[in-house]
Amino acid sequence: MPTIIKTDAPPTRPAELVDDFTPSLILPGEHHLCPGCGEPAAMRSAVEMVEELGFSNRCVAVFGIGCYTSFSPAMDVEVLQALHGRAPSVATGFKRMKPDALVFTVQGDGDMVNEGLQEVIHAAARGEAITCILLNNGVFGDTGGQMTTTTTLGQRTKTSLKGREAKLHGFPIRIADLIARVEGSAYVARGATNTVGLVWQTRRMLKRAFELQAAGAGFTFVEILTMCPTGWFIETSESPDYLEKVLAPVHKIGVLKDIEEPA
Amino acid sequence: MKRLLEGSEAIAQAMVAAGCRFFAGYPMTPFTEVLEGMARLLPEVGGVCMNAESEIEAVGMAWGAAASGARAATGSVGQGLSLMQESLAEMCYARLPLVVLNMARGQGDYFQATRGGGHGDYRHIVLAPADLQEAVRLVQLAFDLADRWRNPVMFLGDYYLAHVQEAVDTGAIAFEPPPSKDWALDGTSSGTGRAKIVSPIVPTKRNDPNRVSYGEYLARMAVYSQRIAAEFDPMIEVAHTGDAELVVVAYGTPARFMRYVVDRLREEGMRVGFARPVSLWPFPAEKLAAATRSAAAVAVYELNAGQMVEDVRLALPNKPVRSIGGVSLDNAAFGIAPAMTPSELDARVRAALAELKVEAA
Repeated sequence: MPTIIKTDAPPTRPAELVDDFTPSLILPGEHHLCPGCGEPAAMRSAVEMVEELGFSNRCVAVFGIGCYTSFSPAMDVEVLQALHGRAPSVATGFKRMKPDALVFTVQGDGDMVNEGLQEVIHAAARGEAITCILLNNGVFGDTGGQMTTTTTLGQRTKTSLKGREAKLHGFPIRIADLIARVEGSAYVARGATNTVGLVWQTRRMLKRAFELQAAGAGFTFVEILTMCPTGWFIETSESPDYLEKVLAPVHKIGVLKDIEEPA
Repeated sequence: MKRLLEGSEAIAQAMVAAGCRFFAGYPMTPFTEVLEGMARLLPEVGGVCMNAESEIEAVGMAWGAAASGARAATGSVGQGLSLMQESLAEMCYARLPLVVLNMARGQGDYFQATRGGGHGDYRHIVLAPADLQEAVRLVQLAFDLADRWRNPVMFLGDYYLAHVQEAVDTGAIAFEPPPSKDWALDGTSSGTGRAKIVSPIVPTKRNDPNRVSYGEYLARMAVYSQRIAAEFDPMIEVAHTGDAELVVVAYGTPARFMRYVVDRLREEGMRVGFARPVSLWPFPAEKLAAATRSAAAVAVYELNAGQMVEDVRLALPNKPVRSIGGVSLDNAAFGIAPAMTPSELDARVRAALAELKVEAA
């Protein structure tokens, strides 16, 4: 039985490291992400799956621009930094020249679905052998919580103060659903990081996507719903439930397409 | 061996001869035939040519290919290049070699090419050939310079270069071996504790002993642009300048027409000289100053409302510089320039010479 640490009195001895669970592909150190952010669990899951599959020394991550960009110097993974919206085309050019590499992109909803929507759809249609990862929190997190195209109806943001209204702001784009319908996509799934169970489900999705990429099955896509208490203007502790109530009913969690599974 | 080829085909062949193995583009006149040539030639040598869904994706794909260490190129005309400017600026910051073709309509893209339409303190070398043999040489030089400087290099062509047919040799030109691309990515440094990063904004990993901040990096890259300007030996063609009273400055295909006109005027005994900047950035300012020492005035002929004339004025602060060019486009605005005939150019140079005589009298 592990010792239960008393928290109602000051510690009697200095803290000691019992075990280090840091994945080998993470370079430990400070980061600039907010408390309660859902992105670290997603990024950690991705690099752990790379490691588990034995792809560590053939892996290249292509980053877009958003909060998650701060992971690019923090991972012991080769990083090709792209501009906002441009990761799928940059990953395409790279992968075509280095077909043996495992290439995944990391973009947010503002980056992928607003700025670079046509990039990801064309990459899917070409059946590009890359894995595009979308970290979807329904807001522009890096700039402080403005509306993106995945913001759900009624969701309050700094640029939809009374809640997103279809008449005024249009409807949210369910990007994974769209990509699942594009010929060329081999695997499309949507996970989340608001519960431990969903993190583990998301890890399986990432693993499957990487395996299919390596097998040459085509374009693979994993959307991950992530918490952004800062951009949602709510308490950190409320954000897992907020994700479940506000984002997940529109952007539904599950595997949308797997070409090797019987329909 | 020389063969009769259309310009676009010759340029495509020369790029492949230079080792270009990746090309991405989006059709647009008069750039289209270069894309067609690369789509045909690259698969034959194990390369890749992508039909990009837009110019923005074309430069993005070329960015990714360049980061793998492959010799990569893209291109368009001025309008398509406008769409690529964000990436071109940031590729300079990412220190990625790339050859960018602008098969321009007219000469209205001088500012875009030499100042850049993008953001920040970046610059890239711009080479402007006047005929096909020179185009074939300069496009190969462009790959060499891009690798040597780890910076995009622009090849500024025009409608005539794209479509004129000439006998040219498109064989590979030997250059000094380029520096090794130990910065290029292939995934093999991942998981070693020293994973590489190629980025315009996050230049180092957090465990890098030489870690720099974004601000420090931007300052360093601004200095790097100045270093290219200081160390690159700018290129110029000059003729009849020793005793010239008037020196005419032009670039690209219009300069080829102008050279013909100046040669004829010389035969008549007129003291006219000719100067053609070949590298438009860095601009051959000192060489132009030396070539115009004897001249009382300098005339600039370009097919736009006056763009290169600004660089000529900066190079020659104490010399009267007048513009004798102007916007001259065909109805489709492709830059075929109906007014660009030897007789029209002859008249404009004679007028500039006559003004000189009036001022002297």
